[in-house]
Amino acid sequence: MASQEIDALAQALSKLPGLGPRSARRVVLHLMKKRESVLMPLLRALEQVEQRLVVCSTCGNIDTGNPCGICVDPRRDIRSICVVEDVSDLWALDRSRLFPGKYHVLGGRLSALDGVRPEDLNIEGLVARVAAGGVDEVVLAMNATLEGQTTAHYLAERLEQFPIRLTQLAHGVPVGGELDYLDDGTLAQALRARRPVG
Amino acid sequence: MVLSRLSLNDFRNHAALEIRPNAQFIALHGSNGAGKTNILEAVSLLVPGRGLRRAAMSDMVRAGGGGGFAIVAEVSGNVIGTGVSAQQPERRKVRVNESNASINSLAEWLSVIWLTPAMDRLFADGSAARRRFLDRLVLALSPQHARHSSRYEKAMQQRNKLLSGTVPADPLWLDALEQQMADSAHAIQAARTGLVDALRDQLQSAPSGPFAVPLISLVDKAGPAEGDLAMIWRKGRNRDAAAGRTLCGPHRADLDVIHKDSGQMAEQCSTGEQKALLLSLILAHAALVSAQRQAPPILLLDEVAAHLDPSRRAALFALLAETGAQVWMTGTEPELFNGIGPSAQLLPVGQN
Repeated sequence: MASQEIDALAQALSKLPGLGPRSARRVVLHLMKKRESVLMPLLRALEQVEQRLVVCSTCGNIDTGNPCGICVDPRRDIRSICVVEDVSDLWALDRSRLFPGKYHVLGGRLSALDGVRPEDLNIEGLVARVAAGGVDEVVLAMNATLEGQTTAHYLAERLEQFPIRLTQLAHGVPVGGELDYLDDGTLAQALRARRPVG
Repeated sequence: MVLSRLSLNDFRNHAALEIRPNAQFIALHGSNGAGKTNILEAVSLLVPGRGLRRAAMSDMVRAGGGGGFAIVAEVSGNVIGTGVSAQQPERRKVRVNESNASINSLAEWLSVIWLTPAMDRLFADGSAARRRFLDRLVLALSPQHARHSSRYEKAMQQRNKLLSGTVPADPLWLDALEQQMADSAHAIQAARTGLVDALRDQLQSAPSGPFAVPLISLVDKAGPAEGDLAMIWRKGRNRDAAAGRTLCGPHRADLDVIHKDSGQMAEQCSTGEQKALLLSLILAHAALVSAQRQAPPILLLDEVAAHLDPSRRAALFALLAETGAQVWMTGTEPELFNGIGPSAQLLPVGQN
């Protein structure tokens, strides 16, 4: 079909999450047609990110500076830390700036079957941050999967020795959710975590 | 709970088959190898688990077909489908009302209980088959039982893997896994105890019929699992590591069954009596589910009629009719189902 270079680009794009060979070819075609308005800005943006991409040595976030933008933000409350599995979880939580504190990215979850051990995760960094003092609350925002919850239990035991408040995200009825459509497991969780009105 | 439509595509020997049940009893008859049990197996795949043969998904794909299979059923206006694709013949997919759903969520829509000739040895064989039978009975009352069980299994797999490592496992990691196991184990045990207690009451209150009445109890063959399981697992780490598996917990539970009148253990009863004990259990269970969930489970009885004398057969049909459950039965001859009367839908299998 196309030249070797264009083929190589399509191949590279097809490895991106959410894209396949077919959609990658569509992207290539779009980039070629919109060279000025899409291809050039994309190229510049990629270059900038590639040159400055760095993992924050404090929290494990991936950003263009070390420490990352969140860690240096003076408006954020340094007394609370929200622990997440991956950068994508950080982005999800920070999209609407709901959490006023700082984050800590573990870089995965404990899994004996996948060979992910505590030392493979950014756990010592978290313990060091808490041990350094000045932290009042740690929020464990792990996924509600078996491995996520195992990781949360593990962290809770590791952090037990410190005089901090340990909290966990609630599991239950989603906002706008209809009870009729919820599975029994979620409903049971929501019932267990019910709270007084007002 | 009744199926108002069942359609099979490339499932076992059936290229395309559609059944529209219109009676309480669906009597499938045909010669050996016609594919009667295959139809029951298809229905058994509408609930969590691997179906009544516990076969590999790829074994259920029709040879010479497209490489996948599909089972679609209608249950009180809901369309439930399951099957595999040619690309991933071991990966069972589930659709409920045109959306993807998890296999475990099937228990919320439907409960199915079966009795097959292979289960004639249920009381004599190892505890794993009895535990599966027990859990199927539990699932009909507590649909979330499937979720708790798979979560427990997953956590235990991780614990076993950690204990089998060459380097000593992180004790806090084990703590976390054992806590997860304990949470699920608690739910599993509560559901099982609830079922066994309710079933025992149901069996005692039922009038004695032509089938032997069982006395049932839940036992833990690996020792009492009373008390704090997380603590037991914590103390047993070295023992479990040496054994290469977790020695204690709800995955070792067993169902003890005794013939009420003779006081004999079920495995010591005659084959016929063992079958009768199972039938009594299933009938009492159907009545129980009917009372608690307002709808009895669907019953699949494979080759059950053939092994009973005509008077017992008639009694079984009468008791089944009383439960109100939709009953799918198989037999080589249509005459086996004569005793049912007008509530039977006779369906020849494999004659076209």
